Amino acid sequence: MKRKGIFLLLILALAMLAAANIVWGSVSIPASAIWQILRGKELADHPAWHFIVWENRIPQMVTALLCGAALSTCGLLLQTAFRNPLAGPSILGIDAGANLGVAIVMLCMGSGVSVGGMAVGGFMLVIVAAMAGALGIMALLLVLSRWLHSAVMLLITGVIISHLTSAVISLLNYSATEEGVHSFVMWGMGTFSGVSADRLPLFGGLCGTGLALSLLLVKPLNALLLGDRYAASLGIRIQATRNLLLCCTGLLTATTTAFCGPISFLGLAVPHLARMTMRTSNHRTLMPACMLTGACLTLLCNLLCTLPSDGTLLPINVITPLIGAPVILYVILHRK
Amino acid sequence: MITLTQLSTGYDHKVVARNINARLPKGKLVSLLGRNGVGKSTLLRTLAGFQPALGGQVTIDGHDTRQLSRTAMSRLVSIVLTERIDVAGMNVTDLVALGRCPHTGFWGNLTPADQEAVEQAIHTVGITPLAHRPIHTLSDGERQKALIAKALAQDTPIILLDEPTAFLDFQSKVELMRILASLAHEMQKTIFLSTHDVELAIQSSDLLWLLSGDGLETGTPAELSQGGNIARFFSEVDARYDAAHRVFLLNKEP
Repeated sequence: MKRKGIFLLLILALAMLAAANIVWGSVSIPASAIWQILRGKELADHPAWHFIVWENRIPQMVTALLCGAALSTCGLLLQTAFRNPLAGPSILGIDAGANLGVAIVMLCMGSGVSVGGMAVGGFMLVIVAAMAGALGIMALLLVLSRWLHSAVMLLITGVIISHLTSAVISLLNYSATEEGVHSFVMWGMGTFSGVSADRLPLFGGLCGTGLALSLLLVKPLNALLLGDRYAASLGIRIQATRNLLLCCTGLLTATTTAFCGPISFLGLAVPHLARMTMRTSNHRTLMPACMLTGACLTLLCNLLCTLPSDGTLLPINVITPLIGAPVILYVILHRK
Repeated sequence: MITLTQLSTGYDHKVVARNINARLPKGKLVSLLGRNGVGKSTLLRTLAGFQPALGGQVTIDGHDTRQLSRTAMSRLVSIVLTERIDVAGMNVTDLVALGRCPHTGFWGNLTPADQEAVEQAIHTVGITPLAHRPIHTLSDGERQKALIAKALAQDTPIILLDEPTAFLDFQSKVELMRILASLAHEMQKTIFLSTHDVELAIQSSDLLWLLSGDGLETGTPAELSQGGNIARFFSEVDARYDAAHRVFLLNKEP
């Protein structure tokens, strides 16, 4: 069938992009040497290459892949739940919460915490702060969703929360040290290189849990396409579904934002790409398609980050809007 | 069969209609008539279990609906609402297949029997040629038929419809009422709908419910015509009810 063909293509693209992410980087290493390193051989004349491949490129590749899958799944969940094609993790204010947590740590504690030569303790603090911020907003939304039965009201609440947090962040920026502002701005540009090999299991575990929980929502999400009332009449427990959905998106957004910074546009754009290629509304097809497409796109973005020839890395948020913005414009212009 | 006993409907503490006593028998097409704001939709939503009754009770085949789980209700009552459905990438078969939700497993996969039920439902309402059409390309009448097919695929003894004939052209209105009548009679379903198409409802329904601020009157169109209930119910209208032909004739201009 056609859809199976597209899935095969996506898996093939994913494998190729993953390989490309290991082969290409800001330091040029010949492919044959990489093959040797992957097979576990030590290269006597280039001891640093071993470290670059195992401690840098592979964790970064896995991080990008998981991050793409996680954010795209979030976008799909939110777009269906709110029946709004422009819903995404950022619209609900969940990643604004993570931003606020990080801002408080980086800007208030200033000089002690900076991304560049960040101590392990400082890094963990940033992660915990982002988690706390995102989960705090999620908890607030969970509580509010008991009274705000309409999806639109919840969406508006998310937008208001986003504005409130950015106001607080502006205030923190205003009164922070120069160094603090710099490190916060750097974090805000996004990177997949922040997850080292020893932190990868934690990141992978959290993302994996969120993605697995999302898969449990396939049937209720399909019913929710028709709206809350039809879904309820089809035997779906709306409140329980909505709670699990907010938990999934909260967990995935918090994890990716904490580890990689606020990655823009992907969560919003990828579900539309998946719908366009798969030509279906069934989440049994769409969700795996979103995960694969999201993973492929982040791997592609990560490759593009290494483009500058002088060995520097572009921030990921310079690349993602280049892919995301045209997709979103297309969606807006083609709405009937 | 649905039985309403001393039922009061409304929101929070605002009662819309009170002390309704009536029955919806099996195999009958029942139309609910009444002015906007009199509580037709509220009554339908209460019967569907979307909002709790403020007093009294609703029983389905002797079971109090408050005691029934969502799943149990989803196997007894299916609905067709006025809210517009427009989902990118969804075709008629996808829509009708969602009706199988109460019968499918955890992942919602369709068994061959489910697929058979979906095809049969689409065939019953006569839209087989549209089976693979995206729903946003359907006309209003075609979309209503697809939604009725969804309700049929759900395989429930009761179907509730909120103003299914609104927005349709005259041909589609007549066709829709014919389909609903034949579903009630041939498949022995209880079909309850609200409508403003008064003459069409009077001519095609087995039973009429006339809901006003004074309460609910029920009966067959013949009983309510002969008894003068319909003429009284629409007495504010500048028209005369012809009980013999069951039509309204506009009063001549003076």
